[in-house]
Amino acid sequence: MNGLRSRLRARDLVGLGFHGLRARPMRAALSALGIAIGIAAMIAVVGISTSSEALVKQKLAALGTNLLTAAAGTDFFGEDTELPVDAVDRVRRIAGVDQASWSSTLKKVHVYRNEHIDAGATQGLTVAAADLELLGATSTPLASGNWLNEATERYPAVVLGAKAAERLGIVSVGSRVLLGGKQFTVVGILDRSPLAPELDTVALIGGPIASELFGFEGAPTTIYERGDDELVAEVRELLPATIDPESPSEVKVSRPSDALAAKNSIDQAFTGLLVGVGSIALLVGGIGVANTMVITVLERRQEIGLRRSLGATRGHIRSQFLVEAMLLALYGGIAGTAIGWGITAVVAAANGWLVSVPALVLAAGVGATVIVGAIAGALPAARAARTSPTAALNA
Amino acid sequence: MSVPLVSLRGVSRSYGSPPTVALSHVDFDIDRGEMLAIVGPSGSGKSTLLNLIGTLDRPSTGDIHIDGHDTGAMSDSELSALRAFAIGFVFQQYHLAEGVSAVDNVATGLLYSGVPASERRARAAIALDRVGLSARAHHRPQELSGGERQRVAIARAVVGEPALILADEPTGALDTRSGAAVVSILADLNASGTTVVVITHDHQVAERMPRQLGIRDGELVGDRRVGDLVGTAS
Ligand SMILES: Nc1ncnc2c1ncn2[C@@H]1O[C@H](COP(=O)(O)OP(=O)(O)O)[C@@H](O)[C@H]1O
Ligand SMILES: [Mg+2]
Repeated sequence: MNGLRSRLRARDLVGLGFHGLRARPMRAALSALGIAIGIAAMIAVVGISTSSEALVKQKLAALGTNLLTAAAGTDFFGEDTELPVDAVDRVRRIAGVDQASWSSTLKKVHVYRNEHIDAGATQGLTVAAADLELLGATSTPLASGNWLNEATERYPAVVLGAKAAERLGIVSVGSRVLLGGKQFTVVGILDRSPLAPELDTVALIGGPIASELFGFEGAPTTIYERGDDELVAEVRELLPATIDPESPSEVKVSRPSDALAAKNSIDQAFTGLLVGVGSIALLVGGIGVANTMVITVLERRQEIGLRRSLGATRGHIRSQFLVEAMLLALYGGIAGTAIGWGITAVVAAANGWLVSVPALVLAAGVGATVIVGAIAGALPAARAARTSPTAALNA
Repeated sequence: MSVPLVSLRGVSRSYGSPPTVALSHVDFDIDRGEMLAIVGPSGSGKSTLLNLIGTLDRPSTGDIHIDGHDTGAMSDSELSALRAFAIGFVFQQYHLAEGVSAVDNVATGLLYSGVPASERRARAAIALDRVGLSARAHHRPQELSGGERQRVAIARAVVGEPALILADEPTGALDTRSGAAVVSILADLNASGTTVVVITHDHQVAERMPRQLGIRDGELVGDRRVGDLVGTAS
């Protein structure tokens, strides 16, 4: 009549949705629980992995990402082969290289706490001759004592990697160890090396003393190179042929910072499991919301009839129940996001990380629940819209 | 004023299959400003008839015109608009929202007219005053007597100032005194211009109306006018 149209304001529609949920708070809470668990699991997975990544990134920024390591492959018997003697000098001449250093594993030389230890009990430790720049090139921190210098590299002096010192039972510099049958004085102990973890299990001695006592001829087994950040890729291309022009394919070049970035503290399998559990919980939660809405629509047929008599269109009825389902899911989404963030915070605190959950992820989590609610509510809402207004009103 | 407010021609309504006939070939008109009772025993088709007039239901056959418009040609949303702006319903069971104050229940009557919330409440307060319940505005239905609840429901029906009020057994659940009060309110509404249709199986209530339509087994069996009763309801 007169071209007037029924009209339900958006604010009133949302108000109706809240009102419907308030009428049965316990049911709403239980229905939202499944969704909350699903979202919490998902947010926690993402939060924990981004928080740990943030720490790795921070570490890498301090360590630099321009270190390249070149090693000779292993031979037929699994032993490290050697690189050419003059390889390091050639590497230093590549454009964009700032620093090159080396170490050379002395295969036949072993280190022990003292002469009473059985020769077979090497505890996985190796002995290597090292260049004086090795510590700087690999950004390996010193725990105590000093790194080798031009004087100590000529004497029976040794610097122990972090694990090597631990396994040998050495806690302070000045102690002595038996290295290749000779008494060596420990002049320094290293901290763990994030970029060159292979140094952790090594006893490092100077090149000159290695030549004098053990016949070391100057061929490195590993070359460490640092250069211009922008030229890392180019240098990487050039390294094999520069190091060993005769058999460049034998040279294995790696970028330790890549490995560090990839080695996320979160186990992939664990992540997969949690994402799986999260999606199943979300699905079950969605079914729970749909189920609750079906029951609600059946219980509220009189209300639907009354609203139709007051002028609600089928569309208004459908929207009302759709909004109610979406709000129900949203409650779950907000609770789940908060719980997921809380789990992340606890895990981060336990590991000494900074909590970093991208705002986009939080928004996506909440947004996903609203979509789940809309899908779950679609069918019950359509049923509500089809409900005959008369049958319930005159019951 | 030549067009009747409500006009039924050959209206039938049957349910289910095989069809059971609830209403059979009903013809009558209701003019603007009338107040009439539809009287008949239980199951005779009164509610069916009222739902058809109120456009909550469509006839199986026959035509219903409201203010000259053929409801059979109107879409669901057009009929919804008609109910929102032109028709107010009162039911035997009140159908008030529990846990919601009287004034907010009344304000619901304007919800689908797109009236802002503050204006809805203001107009609801005025409507409550019209049914003499200003003092109960913030009471919830469960804190009100049956008669008071029905007056809240009447306020909800009239808050949008519809041309037509349809009341289905509004006194059916009330004692005689509360019922009389409800009928008086409906008569007052009619006196101020609203067309009022009251369904009842109570002949005492029907006697107070200026016109009575009798219905039995789905058929119209009488149309009586007692013109001199208009205005004597107090
Ligand atoms: N939705 C329906 N489905 C089937 N039968 C119905 C329905 N509504 C009413 N009826 C039948 O129609 C007849 C009239 O019912 P109704 O209009 O409610 O009567 P009254 O209001 O006079 O008591 C009754 O026999 C009733 O059983
Ligand atoms: Mg009835």
